[in-house]
Amino acid sequence: MTLTALFSQMPWLTLLLALPLVGAILCMLADPEERTSHGLALVTTGLVFAIAVGLFVVYSNGGGGWLLQEDAAWITRYGIRYSLGMDGISLVMVLLTSFLLVIAALAAWPVRRYAPQFLGLLLLLETGLLGIFLAVDLVLFYLFWEIMLIPLFIMIGLWGGEQRRQAAIKFFLYALAGSLAMLIALISLYLLHGDQTGNYTFLLTELVNTELSLTQELWLFAGFMLAFAIKTPLVPFHTWLPDAHAESPESGVVDLTGLLIKTGIFGMIRIAFPLFPAATHQVLPLLGVLALVSLFHAAWGAYRQQDIKRLFAYSSISHVGLILLGLAAWQVTALEGSILLMLTNAVATGALFLLVAMIRQRTGTCQLGELSGLWGQAPNLSALFLLFALSSLGLPGLANFAGEILVLIGTFQTHPVWASLAMVAVVFAAAYILRLVQKVIWGPDCGARLLHDLTPREWLILAPLAILVIWLGLYPAPFLTPLHEPVQLLLGGLP
Amino acid sequence: MENLVQTALNNVNMWAIMPSIILVCFAMGLLLINAFLPRGATKPAMWISLIGLAVTAFSVISGWGSPQYGFSDAVALDNFATFFNVTFLIAAAMTILMSDDYIRREGYPIGEYYPLILFTTAGAMWMASGTDMMTIFLGLEVMSISLYVLAGFFRGDVRSNEAGLKYFLLGAFSTGFLLYGIALIYGVTGSTRLSEIGVFLNAHPSLLSNPMTLAGIMLLSIGFLFKIAAAPFHMWTPDVYEGAPTPITAFMSAGPKAAAFAAFLRIMEYCFFSLKPEWTAVLWALAVLTMIIGNVIAISQTNVKRMLAYSSIAHAGYALVGMVAANEIGYSAILFYMLAYTFMNIGAFAILVLAGKKGEENLTLEGLSGFGYKRPLLGVAFTICLFSLMGIPPTAGFAGKFYIFAGAVKAGYIWLAIIGVLNSAVSLYYYLRVMVYMYFREAEEDYSWVKVPVSVVVSIVIALVGIFYLGIIPGAVMDLARLAIF
Repeated sequence: MTLTALFSQMPWLTLLLALPLVGAILCMLADPEERTSHGLALVTTGLVFAIAVGLFVVYSNGGGGWLLQEDAAWITRYGIRYSLGMDGISLVMVLLTSFLLVIAALAAWPVRRYAPQFLGLLLLLETGLLGIFLAVDLVLFYLFWEIMLIPLFIMIGLWGGEQRRQAAIKFFLYALAGSLAMLIALISLYLLHGDQTGNYTFLLTELVNTELSLTQELWLFAGFMLAFAIKTPLVPFHTWLPDAHAESPESGVVDLTGLLIKTGIFGMIRIAFPLFPAATHQVLPLLGVLALVSLFHAAWGAYRQQDIKRLFAYSSISHVGLILLGLAAWQVTALEGSILLMLTNAVATGALFLLVAMIRQRTGTCQLGELSGLWGQAPNLSALFLLFALSSLGLPGLANFAGEILVLIGTFQTHPVWASLAMVAVVFAAAYILRLVQKVIWGPDCGARLLHDLTPREWLILAPLAILVIWLGLYPAPFLTPLHEPVQLLLGGLP
Repeated sequence: MENLVQTALNNVNMWAIMPSIILVCFAMGLLLINAFLPRGATKPAMWISLIGLAVTAFSVISGWGSPQYGFSDAVALDNFATFFNVTFLIAAAMTILMSDDYIRREGYPIGEYYPLILFTTAGAMWMASGTDMMTIFLGLEVMSISLYVLAGFFRGDVRSNEAGLKYFLLGAFSTGFLLYGIALIYGVTGSTRLSEIGVFLNAHPSLLSNPMTLAGIMLLSIGFLFKIAAAPFHMWTPDVYEGAPTPITAFMSAGPKAAAFAAFLRIMEYCFFSLKPEWTAVLWALAVLTMIIGNVIAISQTNVKRMLAYSSIAHAGYALVGMVAANEIGYSAILFYMLAYTFMNIGAFAILVLAGKKGEENLTLEGLSGFGYKRPLLGVAFTICLFSLMGIPPTAGFAGKFYIFAGAVKAGYIWLAIIGVLNSAVSLYYYLRVMVYMYFREAEEDYSWVKVPVSVVVSIVIALVGIFYLGIIPGAVMDLARLAIF
C-alpha cells in the first residue's frame, strides 16, 4: 500500500476527536504529585496540532465542498448518524484551535492544584471544540456543543476567583438555556423534513433541502440563533462573559480557550444561515444593527473597566460585534474578513489574557489603578504586551488589521453607513487600548517591586503567538485561500 | 354451571403470571426463612431476594416476543408488560443492593424488609400486565400496602412514621377514588375488562358524554395521578419521600411510579381511546402544572433528599408530556424514560445513602460541602447521575427527554415541548447547586465515615452503565420500547 493511499484511508477526523479524549482519560488517572499530566496534555495537544497541520498542508487548496468525510450509522431508527465532515472553514478553525490548545497546555504548566483534573478537562474541552467544527449530523453537533460546557463550567467553578461559583452558574445557565432552544428547533426541523420526504435524518446536508414557509423558517432560525447569540455573545445576551472571564482561573488558560467558545459564529455560518436562507435574508439587517450595538456598547464597557481581564472580555465582545457585522454585510470579502478576524481576535486577545496572567502572577493584581511603569521593570514582557495590544487595536501590519480592513471594505460595498459607523468604533478601540497601555506600561515606575522578566517557558508560550500575529498581519493569504470557496458557496445559496 | 367452570379453567394460563408467581414464592419463602434466622442476620435475605429477582428476570425476559394471555383476558404478559417488568426488577435489585448496610447502620436490620420489596415488585408487575380493572386494582393494592409498611419501616423514627401514616391515609383515600371510578365505569359499560369497555364505549358514542362515564374517567385518573404524583395530587410526595428510608424513597420514585404509568397508559389507551382529544387536553394542563410545580419548589430546597423528591414530581411531568403526545414516539418514550429515570435516580440516591450519617443527619446541601474532593469517585458518579437528571448528553436523561419532546413536537404540541424544555432549564439550577456544594466549597470534614460497601458499589455501577448505555446507544432499547407499545 502506498503512503498516499494509507493517508487517505486514515480516519483523521475521528483521530482528531479521539486523541484528546483518550488523553483526557489518561490525564485524570495520572499521578497528581508529578507533572505527568502536564506532559501528557502537551503531547496530546501537540499530536492533534500535528495532524491539523498535516491536513492543512494537504487540503488547503481543496475547493468548496467537503474535503474529508466520515460517516457511520449510530442510532439508525431515528436516522442519527456519526457523520463528520471538514470543509475549508472548519479546516482553518481546527488548525487554530489545535494550535491554541498547545499554547494552553503550555500555559497550564504552573497549575498544581488538582492538575490531572485540570488538564483532563482541558483536553475534554478540545474534543468538544473540534467536534463542533467537524460534526455534520445535528445531534452530534448538539452533543459536542453540550460537552464543551461541562469542562468550562467546572474549570471556572473550581479554579476560579472569589465570585467563581456565581460566575460558573451564570455561564452554565445562559449557555444551556440557549442550547435548549436550539434542541427544540432541531427536533422540529427533523420532523418537518421527515414528514415531507419520508427520510428522517439529522444530516445537515439533507436538512438543507427542507421546504419551509417563511414563518416556520423564522421560528426555527430564532431557536438556533438564540443558542449561537448567547455563546457568541451578542448584546443583549453578553452579560455572562465578563463575569466568566473575571472569575476564571489565574493561569489564563481558560480565558484563552474561552475565546474559542465563540463557536456561536461558526454555528451561524455552518448551520443557521444555510438551513434557513429566507429567514437569514430577513434577519440580516437586524443582525447588523445588533452587531453595531455590540461593537459600541462593549467598546464603551471596555473603556470603563478597572479590571484588565474584564476590559479584555469587553474588548472581545466588541470584536465579535465587528465579526457579526461582516456576516450581516453578506458579501464575500466581509465574510472572509469576519472569519479571519475570529482567528486573529482569538490569537491576539488570547495572548493578552496570558500576559495579564503573567503580570498578575508577578504583582498580585490586575487592577488598572494598581499597575504602572512595567517597562522599566520587565521590558520584554512589556514589549510583547504592547505588540498584542496594538494588534488588538487594529494597527496595520498586525493580525487584527487584516481582518478588520476586509470586514470594513466588504461592508462598505453593501452598507456604507454601517461601515462608517464601524470605523468610529475602531477609534473607540484605540481609546481604551491606549489608555490601558499608557497606564500599565508607561507611567511612573513603581520601583518598590522588583519584577523578573519573561522566563524561558513564557517565551515559549508567547513567541509563537507573536510570530503568528505578525504573519497574519503581513501575509494572511494562506489562511484565506481555503475559506474562499466555502464562503462563495454559502453566499450562492441565498437570494 | 359446569360449563362456566370449564370455560374458566380453560382460560387459565399460568404462563401469563409465571414471573410474578416466582417472585411471590421467593418472597413468601423468604418470610419463612427469616423466622429461623438469628435477629440481625439480613445478608442471607438479601442474597435470596437477589436470586429471586434474577430468576424472575430470566422468566420475564424469556417471554419477550411471545405474549401470554390468561384468566379470560384479565392478564396479558405482552411486550408492554415485559418492558415495564424489567424496569421494576432493575429498580428492585438496585434498591436491595444499596439497602443492606443502610438498614444495619440505621439500626433496623430486619429481614422482612426484603420480602416487602419483592411483594411491591410483584404488585407492580400485576399492574403492568393487568388488562382487567380488577387485576390492576389488585396489583395496585399489593404494591401500595407493601410500600406503606416500607415507608414507615423505621418504627422508632418520627419522620418515617409520619411518612408511613401519611402515605397510608392519602393512598387509601386515592384508592377509594380509583375504586369509585371503576364502579362507575362498570355501571356504564357492564364490564371491568379493559378491551370490552373500549369496544362498548366506541359502539355507543352517546355514552361518551354521559356524566357517569366522565365522572368515572375522572375518578379513575385521580387515583392514578396520585400514584404518579402529578400536580395537584402531589402533596404527599415531599413528606413521604423525605421521611421514608432513603433506599425506599429511591425505589418509590422509580418502580411504583412506573407501574402507575403502565396501568394508566393501558387503561387510557384500551378503554378511552374514543375520548383521546379530551383526556390529552386535560393531561396537557396537568403535565405543565406538574413540571412547573415540581421544578419551582425544588429550587428552594436545602435538603437534597427533599429536592430529589420534588424533582421526581417534575420528572413525572416530563413523562406525562409523552402521554399527551399520545403517539408512537411519545408512548415508547415514556417506557424509555421510566427505565432511564430508574438508573439515574436510584443511582443518585445510592450515593446519598452513603453520604448520609446515621439517622440521616447529613442530607443537606451544606453537608455535601467538598464531598467531591474528599471522595472523588463517588463525587464523579453523583455528578454523572445529576447530569443525566438534568438531561445533558450523552446520558440516558438526555436521550429520554429528547424522545419525549420529539413525541410532543411530532404530535403538534410545540408549546408543550417548549414549556418542557424551559422547565429543564430551571431544573439545571438546583441540580447544579448540588455540584457547586460538592466541588466549589471547601470541605469542612474529611468524610472518613463514608463507608463504601461492595453491594452499593454494584448498584452505582449498574446505574452508571445504564446511564451511559442508554445515553450513547439509545437506539437498541428504544427499538424494544417501540415493539412494546400497543
